[in-house]
Amino acid sequence: MNEADLLRRHPFARGLSDDLAQRLVPCARLTRFPEGAVIFREGGAADALYLIVSGRVALEQHVPGRGTLQMENLSGGDLLGLSWLFPGGRWTLDARAVEPTEALVLDAGALKALLDADAALGFAVSQHVIQQLYQRLERARLQRLDVYRGEA
Amino acid sequence: MLSTRRESHDTVTLTLDAASRRPFQPGQFNMLYAFGVGEAAISMSGDPASPSTAVHTVRAVGAVTEAICRLKRGGVVGVRGPFGTPWPTGEAAGQDLVIVAGGVGLAPLRPVVYHALARRSDYRRVFLLVGARTPEDLLFRRELERWQARKDLTVLVTVDRAPAGWKGRVGVAPALLDAVDLSAGGAVAFVCGPEVMMRFCVRELGRRGFPDDRIHLSMERNMKCAVGFCGHCQYGPSFICKDGPVLRYDRIRSLFWRREV
Repeated sequence: MNEADLLRRHPFARGLSDDLAQRLVPCARLTRFPEGAVIFREGGAADALYLIVSGRVALEQHVPGRGTLQMENLSGGDLLGLSWLFPGGRWTLDARAVEPTEALVLDAGALKALLDADAALGFAVSQHVIQQLYQRLERARLQRLDVYRGEA
Repeated sequence: MLSTRRESHDTVTLTLDAASRRPFQPGQFNMLYAFGVGEAAISMSGDPASPSTAVHTVRAVGAVTEAICRLKRGGVVGVRGPFGTPWPTGEAAGQDLVIVAGGVGLAPLRPVVYHALARRSDYRRVFLLVGARTPEDLLFRRELERWQARKDLTVLVTVDRAPAGWKGRVGVAPALLDAVDLSAGGAVAFVCGPEVMMRFCVRELGRRGFPDDRIHLSMERNMKCAVGFCGHCQYGPSFICKDGPVLRYDRIRSLFWRREV
Protein backbone atom coordinates (compact mmCIF):
# COMPACT_ATOMS: atom_id res chain seq x y z
CA MET A 1 0.00 0.00 0.00
CA ASN A 2 1.38 3.42 -0.86
CA GLU A 3 1.40 6.61 1.21
CA ALA A 4 -1.86 7.89 -0.27
CA ASP A 5 -3.76 4.67 0.56
CA LEU A 6 -2.30 4.42 4.06
CA LEU A 7 -3.14 8.04 4.76
CA ARG A 8 -6.73 7.64 3.56
CA ARG A 9 -7.20 4.58 5.80
CA HIS A 10 -5.63 6.21 8.87
CA PRO A 11 -8.05 7.60 11.50
CA PHE A 12 -6.23 10.94 11.08
CA ALA A 13 -7.92 11.30 7.68
CA ARG A 14 -11.36 10.35 9.00
CA GLY A 15 -13.67 13.26 8.32
CA LEU A 16 -11.42 14.59 5.55
CA SER A 17 -12.75 14.57 2.03
CA ASP A 18 -10.61 12.67 -0.51
CA ASP A 19 -9.54 16.03 -1.89
CA LEU A 20 -8.34 17.33 1.49
CA ALA A 21 -6.60 14.04 2.33
CA GLN A 22 -4.87 14.11 -1.05
CA ARG A 23 -3.30 17.47 -0.23
CA LEU A 24 -1.47 15.89 2.71
CA VAL A 25 0.08 13.11 0.63
CA PRO A 26 3.10 15.08 -0.71
CA CYS A 27 4.38 15.76 2.81
CA ALA A 28 3.94 12.14 4.01
CA ARG A 29 6.64 9.50 3.86
CA LEU A 30 6.19 5.88 4.98
CA THR A 31 8.95 4.97 7.41
CA ARG A 32 9.70 1.68 9.15
CA PHE A 33 11.29 1.53 12.58
CA PRO A 34 12.78 -1.75 13.81
CA GLU A 35 12.15 -2.93 17.36
CA GLY A 36 14.16 -0.80 19.77
CA ALA A 37 14.70 2.09 17.34
CA VAL A 38 14.62 5.55 18.89
CA ILE A 39 12.21 7.64 16.83
CA PHE A 40 13.03 10.88 18.60
CA ARG A 41 14.61 12.06 21.81
CA GLU A 42 13.57 14.60 24.41
CA GLY A 43 15.02 18.01 23.58
CA GLY A 44 15.38 17.34 19.84
CA ALA A 45 13.78 19.67 17.31
CA ALA A 46 10.14 18.67 16.80
CA ASP A 47 10.01 18.54 13.03
CA ALA A 48 7.43 15.89 12.15
CA LEU A 49 4.04 14.40 12.91
CA TYR A 50 3.99 10.59 12.97
CA LEU A 51 0.80 8.77 12.03
CA ILE A 52 1.35 5.29 13.41
CA VAL A 53 0.16 2.68 10.92
CA SER A 54 1.18 -0.47 12.79
CA GLY A 55 3.37 -1.59 15.66
CA ARG A 56 3.77 0.04 19.05
CA VAL A 57 5.75 3.01 20.34
CA ALA A 58 6.70 3.71 23.96
CA LEU A 59 6.85 7.30 25.19
CA GLU A 60 9.60 7.40 27.78
CA GLN A 61 10.92 9.89 30.26
CA HIS A 62 14.28 9.67 31.98
CA VAL A 63 13.94 10.49 35.66
CA PRO A 64 17.24 11.02 37.47
CA GLY A 65 17.57 8.47 40.23
CA ARG A 66 14.71 6.33 38.89
CA GLY A 67 15.95 5.56 35.40
CA THR A 68 13.86 5.56 32.26
CA LEU A 69 10.13 5.13 32.76
CA GLN A 70 7.53 4.30 30.17
CA MET A 71 4.72 6.83 30.34
CA GLU A 72 2.39 5.57 27.65
CA ASN A 73 2.26 3.36 24.56
CA LEU A 74 0.87 4.39 21.21
CA SER A 75 -0.12 2.02 18.44
CA GLY A 76 -1.69 1.78 14.98
CA GLY A 77 -4.16 4.64 14.40
CA ASP A 78 -2.57 6.96 16.97
CA LEU A 79 -0.77 10.26 16.41
CA LEU A 80 2.78 10.57 17.69
CA GLY A 81 4.54 13.89 18.21
CA LEU A 82 2.61 17.15 18.47
CA SER A 83 5.33 19.44 19.85
CA TRP A 84 5.81 20.99 16.39
CA LEU A 85 2.47 22.75 16.91
CA PHE A 86 4.27 25.27 19.11
CA PRO A 87 6.89 27.79 17.96
CA GLY A 88 10.40 26.49 18.51
CA GLY A 89 8.89 23.12 19.42
CA ARG A 90 11.16 20.50 21.01
CA TRP A 91 10.25 16.92 21.86
CA THR A 92 9.26 16.58 25.50
CA LEU A 93 9.69 12.78 25.70
CA ASP A 94 11.68 10.00 24.06
CA ALA A 95 9.79 7.82 21.57
CA ARG A 96 11.01 4.27 21.00
CA ALA A 97 9.56 1.48 18.88
CA VAL A 98 8.86 -1.48 21.18
CA GLU A 99 7.72 -3.52 18.19
CA PRO A 100 8.56 -3.18 14.50
CA THR A 101 6.59 -0.06 13.65
CA GLU A 102 5.38 1.61 10.49
CA ALA A 103 4.47 5.27 10.49
CA LEU A 104 3.60 7.93 7.98
CA VAL A 105 5.98 10.75 8.79
CA LEU A 106 4.59 14.16 7.86
CA ASP A 107 7.11 16.96 7.58
CA ALA A 108 6.00 19.55 10.15
CA GLY A 109 7.05 22.59 8.11
CA ALA A 110 5.19 21.43 5.01
CA LEU A 111 2.18 20.39 7.07
CA LYS A 112 1.98 23.74 8.86
CA ALA A 113 2.18 25.57 5.55
CA LEU A 114 -0.69 23.46 4.20
CA LEU A 115 -2.83 24.02 7.28
CA ASP A 116 -2.15 27.78 7.25
CA ALA A 117 -3.07 28.03 3.58
CA ASP A 118 -6.27 25.99 3.69
CA ALA A 119 -8.75 26.84 6.43
CA ALA A 120 -10.96 23.79 5.78
CA LEU A 121 -7.99 21.43 6.01
CA GLY A 122 -6.65 23.27 9.05
CA PHE A 123 -10.00 23.01 10.85
CA ALA A 124 -10.47 19.32 10.05
CA VAL A 125 -6.95 18.42 11.19
CA SER A 126 -7.28 20.56 14.33
CA GLN A 127 -10.52 18.78 15.22
CA HIS A 128 -8.86 15.39 14.97
CA VAL A 129 -5.79 16.48 16.94
CA ILE A 130 -7.96 17.96 19.70
CA GLN A 131 -10.08 14.81 19.93
CA GLN A 132 -7.05 12.59 20.23
CA LEU A 133 -5.37 14.91 22.72
CA TYR A 134 -8.52 14.99 24.85
CA GLN A 135 -8.78 11.22 24.85
CA ARG A 136 -5.14 10.95 25.92
CA LEU A 137 -5.69 13.60 28.59
CA GLU A 138 -8.58 11.57 30.01
CA ARG A 139 -6.40 8.48 30.10
CA ALA A 140 -3.52 10.37 31.70
CA ARG A 141 -5.93 11.52 34.42
CA LEU A 142 -7.00 7.93 35.08
CA GLN A 143 -3.34 6.87 35.16
CA ARG A 144 -2.60 9.66 37.62
CA LEU A 145 -5.40 8.49 39.92
CA ASP A 146 -3.38 5.33 40.53
CA VAL A 147 -6.66 3.45 40.95
CA TYR A 148 -5.20 0.07 41.80
CA ARG A 149 -3.36 1.37 44.84
CA GLY A 150 -5.16 0.19 47.96
CA GLU A 151 -8.07 -1.45 46.11
CA ALA A 152 -9.78 -4.17 48.12
CA MET B 1 -5.71 -24.77 53.29
CA LEU B 2 -4.08 -27.00 50.70
CA SER B 3 -1.70 -24.41 49.29
CA THR B 4 -1.00 -20.71 48.92
CA ARG B 5 0.65 -18.93 46.01
CA ARG B 6 1.92 -15.38 46.16
CA GLU B 7 0.70 -13.47 43.11
CA SER B 8 2.30 -10.13 44.00
CA HIS B 9 3.70 -8.35 47.04
CA ASP B 10 0.21 -8.02 48.59
CA THR B 11 -1.95 -10.63 46.85
CA VAL B 12 -2.18 -14.36 47.48
CA THR B 13 -4.14 -17.18 45.86
CA LEU B 14 -5.43 -19.73 48.35
CA THR B 15 -6.51 -23.25 47.48
CA LEU B 16 -8.91 -24.77 49.99
CA ASP B 17 -9.81 -28.45 50.16
CA ALA B 18 -12.97 -30.11 48.85
CA ALA B 19 -14.74 -29.72 52.19
CA SER B 20 -14.79 -25.96 51.49
CA ARG B 21 -16.09 -26.43 47.98
CA ARG B 22 -19.70 -25.80 47.01
CA PRO B 23 -20.78 -25.56 43.39
CA PHE B 24 -20.50 -21.95 42.28
CA GLN B 25 -20.96 -19.85 39.19
CA PRO B 26 -18.37 -17.38 37.86
CA GLY B 27 -18.67 -14.06 39.69
CA GLN B 28 -19.96 -15.43 43.01
CA PHE B 29 -18.10 -14.99 46.29
CA ASN B 30 -17.62 -16.68 49.63
CA MET B 31 -17.34 -15.09 53.06
CA LEU B 32 -13.97 -16.19 54.44
CA TYR B 33 -13.52 -16.00 58.19
CA ALA B 34 -10.11 -15.48 59.73
CA PHE B 35 -10.67 -16.89 63.21
CA GLY B 36 -10.48 -14.27 65.89
CA VAL B 37 -10.15 -11.45 63.37
CA GLY B 38 -13.26 -11.28 61.21
CA GLU B 39 -14.90 -12.07 57.92
CA ALA B 40 -14.46 -10.69 54.40
CA ALA B 41 -16.19 -11.26 51.06
CA ILE B 42 -13.74 -12.90 48.65
CA SER B 43 -14.53 -13.84 45.06
CA MET B 44 -13.94 -17.31 43.83
CA SER B 45 -11.07 -17.21 41.35
CA GLY B 46 -10.81 -20.87 40.39
CA ASP B 47 -12.32 -23.11 37.77
CA PRO B 48 -16.04 -23.59 38.40
CA ALA B 49 -15.82 -27.03 36.78
CA SER B 50 -13.14 -28.28 39.16
CA PRO B 51 -14.92 -30.22 41.93
CA SER B 52 -12.03 -30.86 44.30
CA THR B 53 -10.86 -27.43 45.46
CA ALA B 54 -12.06 -23.91 46.22
CA VAL B 55 -9.73 -21.17 45.00
CA HIS B 56 -9.76 -17.56 46.17
CA THR B 57 -7.42 -14.68 45.41
CA VAL B 58 -7.06 -12.21 48.27
CA ARG B 59 -5.41 -8.83 48.42
CA ALA B 60 -4.18 -7.79 51.86
CA VAL B 61 -5.79 -4.41 52.45
CA GLY B 62 -7.13 -4.66 56.02
CA ALA B 63 -6.94 -6.69 59.21
CA VAL B 64 -9.07 -9.61 57.93
CA THR B 65 -7.49 -9.95 54.50
CA GLU B 66 -4.02 -9.52 55.99
CA ALA B 67 -4.74 -12.38 58.40
CA ILE B 68 -6.05 -14.55 55.56
CA CYS B 69 -3.00 -13.77 53.41
CA ARG B 70 -0.69 -14.80 56.28
CA LEU B 71 -2.18 -18.31 56.42
CA LYS B 72 0.02 -21.19 55.27
CA ARG B 73 -0.62 -24.72 54.05
CA GLY B 74 -2.61 -26.57 56.72
CA GLY B 75 -4.15 -23.33 58.00
CA VAL B 76 -7.89 -23.08 58.58
CA VAL B 77 -10.44 -20.47 57.52
CA GLY B 78 -14.19 -20.43 57.96
CA VAL B 79 -16.18 -20.50 54.72
CA ARG B 80 -19.77 -19.38 54.05
CA GLY B 81 -21.17 -19.27 50.58
CA PRO B 82 -21.31 -19.07 47.69
CA PHE B 83 -23.27 -15.83 47.55
CA GLY B 84 -24.26 -13.27 44.96
CA THR B 85 -25.29 -13.07 41.33
CA PRO B 86 -23.01 -14.59 38.69
CA TRP B 87 -21.76 -13.17 35.41
CA PRO B 88 -24.49 -13.88 32.82
CA THR B 89 -22.42 -16.26 30.74
CA GLY B 90 -25.57 -17.69 29.16
CA GLU B 91 -26.64 -14.28 27.86
CA ALA B 92 -23.28 -13.91 26.14
CA ALA B 93 -23.62 -17.22 24.27
CA GLY B 94 -23.43 -16.85 20.51
CA GLN B 95 -21.84 -13.42 20.81
CA ASP B 96 -18.45 -11.81 21.29
CA LEU B 97 -17.39 -11.77 24.91
CA VAL B 98 -15.35 -8.78 26.07
CA ILE B 99 -13.84 -9.24 29.53
CA VAL B 100 -12.19 -6.17 31.06
CA ALA B 101 -10.33 -6.63 34.35
CA GLY B 102 -8.43 -4.08 36.39
CA GLY B 103 -6.10 -5.04 39.23
CA VAL B 104 -7.51 -7.67 41.56
CA GLY B 105 -10.71 -7.44 39.48
CA LEU B 106 -9.18 -10.18 37.36
CA ALA B 107 -9.86 -12.67 40.19
CA PRO B 108 -13.68 -12.80 39.85
CA LEU B 109 -13.34 -12.83 36.06
CA ARG B 110 -10.89 -15.73 35.88
CA PRO B 111 -13.73 -18.28 36.33
CA VAL B 112 -15.43 -16.68 33.31
CA VAL B 113 -12.33 -17.35 31.23
CA TYR B 114 -12.22 -20.97 32.39
CA HIS B 115 -15.90 -21.29 31.59
CA ALA B 116 -15.56 -19.68 28.14
CA LEU B 117 -12.57 -21.86 27.24
CA ALA B 118 -14.39 -25.01 28.36
CA ARG B 119 -17.36 -24.04 26.17
CA ARG B 120 -15.41 -22.19 23.53
CA SER B 121 -17.85 -22.96 20.72
CA ASP B 122 -20.64 -21.24 22.68
CA TYR B 123 -19.02 -17.85 22.00
CA ARG B 124 -17.74 -16.00 18.98
CA ARG B 125 -14.59 -14.00 19.71
CA VAL B 126 -13.41 -13.84 23.33
CA PHE B 127 -11.30 -10.88 24.46
CA LEU B 128 -9.59 -10.62 27.82
CA LEU B 129 -8.31 -7.10 28.52
CA VAL B 130 -6.23 -6.82 31.68
CA GLY B 131 -4.85 -3.77 33.46
CA ALA B 132 -2.58 -3.59 36.48
CA ARG B 133 -0.58 -0.97 38.31
CA THR B 134 2.89 -2.29 37.38
CA PRO B 135 4.24 -5.50 35.80
CA GLU B 136 4.92 -6.85 39.32
CA ASP B 137 1.26 -6.37 40.25
CA LEU B 138 -0.10 -8.55 37.44
CA LEU B 139 -2.03 -11.55 38.75
CA PHE B 140 -1.87 -15.06 37.27
CA ARG B 141 1.11 -14.11 35.08
CA ARG B 142 1.99 -17.59 33.85
CA GLU B 143 -1.62 -18.33 33.08
CA LEU B 144 -1.96 -15.05 31.17
CA GLU B 145 1.07 -16.04 29.09
CA ARG B 146 -0.48 -19.43 28.34
CA TRP B 147 -3.74 -17.78 27.36
CA GLN B 148 -1.89 -15.26 25.19
CA ALA B 149 -0.44 -18.17 23.21
CA ARG B 150 -3.91 -19.49 22.36
CA LYS B 151 -5.46 -18.76 19.00
CA ASP B 152 -9.04 -18.82 20.27
CA LEU B 153 -8.61 -16.09 22.87
CA THR B 154 -7.28 -12.53 22.50
CA VAL B 155 -5.47 -11.46 25.65
CA LEU B 156 -4.18 -7.89 25.94
CA VAL B 157 -2.35 -6.75 29.04
CA THR B 158 -1.39 -3.23 30.05
CA VAL B 159 0.13 -1.60 33.10
CA ASP B 160 -0.19 1.97 34.33
CA ARG B 161 3.55 2.39 34.79
CA ALA B 162 6.60 0.40 33.79
CA PRO B 163 10.37 0.62 33.54
CA ALA B 164 12.02 0.95 30.12
CA GLY B 165 12.67 -2.80 29.80
CA TRP B 166 8.97 -3.77 29.93
CA LYS B 167 7.95 -5.16 26.54
CA GLY B 168 4.23 -5.06 27.18
CA ARG B 169 1.76 -2.23 26.90
CA VAL B 170 1.75 0.85 29.10
CA GLY B 171 -1.51 2.72 29.57
CA VAL B 172 -4.86 2.35 31.27
CA ALA B 173 -7.08 -0.71 30.88
CA PRO B 174 -9.97 1.08 29.11
CA ALA B 175 -7.53 2.11 26.34
CA LEU B 176 -7.22 -1.58 25.40
CA LEU B 177 -10.70 -1.29 23.92
CA ASP B 178 -9.00 0.60 21.04
CA ALA B 179 -7.41 -2.67 20.00
CA VAL B 180 -10.72 -4.54 19.88
CA ASP B 181 -12.88 -4.36 16.79
CA LEU B 182 -16.42 -4.24 18.14
CA SER B 183 -17.96 -3.26 14.83
CA ALA B 184 -19.35 -6.73 14.16
CA GLY B 185 -22.05 -6.13 16.80
CA GLY B 186 -23.50 -8.73 19.12
CA ALA B 187 -21.11 -8.44 22.04
CA VAL B 188 -21.41 -8.55 25.81
CA ALA B 189 -18.94 -6.89 28.18
CA PHE B 190 -18.05 -8.05 31.70
CA VAL B 191 -16.10 -5.43 33.63
CA CYS B 192 -14.53 -5.65 37.07
CA GLY B 193 -12.04 -3.34 38.75
CA PRO B 194 -11.89 -0.19 40.83
CA GLU B 195 -15.11 1.78 40.36
CA VAL B 196 -13.42 4.75 38.70
CA MET B 197 -11.80 2.41 36.17
CA MET B 198 -15.21 0.88 35.46
CA ARG B 199 -16.62 4.38 34.86
CA PHE B 200 -13.93 4.97 32.24
CA CYS B 201 -14.70 1.58 30.67
CA VAL B 202 -18.41 2.33 30.50
CA ARG B 203 -17.66 5.66 28.79
CA GLU B 204 -15.26 4.06 26.30
CA LEU B 205 -17.76 1.29 25.52
CA GLY B 206 -20.50 3.91 25.07
CA ARG B 207 -18.36 5.85 22.60
CA ARG B 208 -18.10 2.68 20.56
CA GLY B 209 -21.87 2.32 20.48
CA PHE B 210 -21.93 -0.52 22.98
CA PRO B 211 -25.51 -0.77 24.37
CA ASP B 212 -25.84 -0.16 28.11
CA ASP B 213 -27.81 -3.38 28.58
CA ARG B 214 -24.85 -5.40 27.25
CA ILE B 215 -22.48 -4.11 29.93
CA HIS B 216 -22.24 -5.99 33.22
CA LEU B 217 -20.27 -4.67 36.17
CA SER B 218 -19.16 -6.33 39.39
CA MET B 219 -19.81 -3.79 42.13
CA GLU B 220 -18.12 -3.76 45.48
CA ARG B 221 -19.37 -2.53 48.85
CA ASN B 222 -18.56 -3.51 52.41
CA MET B 223 -20.41 -6.79 52.94
CA LYS B 224 -21.19 -8.25 56.34
CA CYS B 225 -24.09 -10.71 56.42
CA ALA B 226 -23.94 -11.60 52.68
CA VAL B 227 -27.64 -12.48 52.64
CA GLY B 228 -29.29 -9.06 52.38
CA PHE B 229 -30.28 -8.50 56.01
CA CYS B 230 -27.75 -6.16 57.55
CA GLY B 231 -27.77 -3.38 54.95
CA HIS B 232 -24.03 -2.76 55.01
CA CYS B 233 -23.74 -3.19 51.27
CA GLN B 234 -26.88 -1.28 50.31
CA TYR B 235 -26.63 0.32 46.88
CA GLY B 236 -29.76 2.36 46.28
CA PRO B 237 -32.64 -0.14 46.32
CA SER B 238 -30.28 -3.11 46.02
CA PHE B 239 -27.98 -5.04 48.28
CA ILE B 240 -24.71 -5.86 46.56
CA CYS B 241 -24.40 -9.17 48.42
CA LYS B 242 -27.79 -10.46 47.27
CA ASP B 243 -28.77 -8.52 44.13
CA GLY B 244 -25.14 -8.23 43.00
CA PRO B 245 -22.22 -8.16 42.91
CA VAL B 246 -22.77 -8.52 39.16
CA LEU B 247 -25.26 -5.91 37.96
CA ARG B 248 -26.35 -4.86 34.50
CA TYR B 249 -25.21 -1.31 33.82
CA ASP B 250 -28.51 0.03 32.43
CA ARG B 251 -30.21 -1.00 35.69
CA ILE B 252 -27.80 0.93 37.91
CA ARG B 253 -26.96 3.78 35.53
CA SER B 254 -28.61 6.47 37.66
CA LEU B 255 -26.78 5.32 40.80
CA PHE B 256 -23.49 4.60 39.07
CA TRP B 257 -22.77 8.26 38.41
CA ARG B 258 -24.08 9.48 41.75
CA ARG B 259 -21.52 10.24 44.41
CA GLU B 260 -21.29 8.48 47.77
CA VAL B 261 -23.94 5.87 47.02
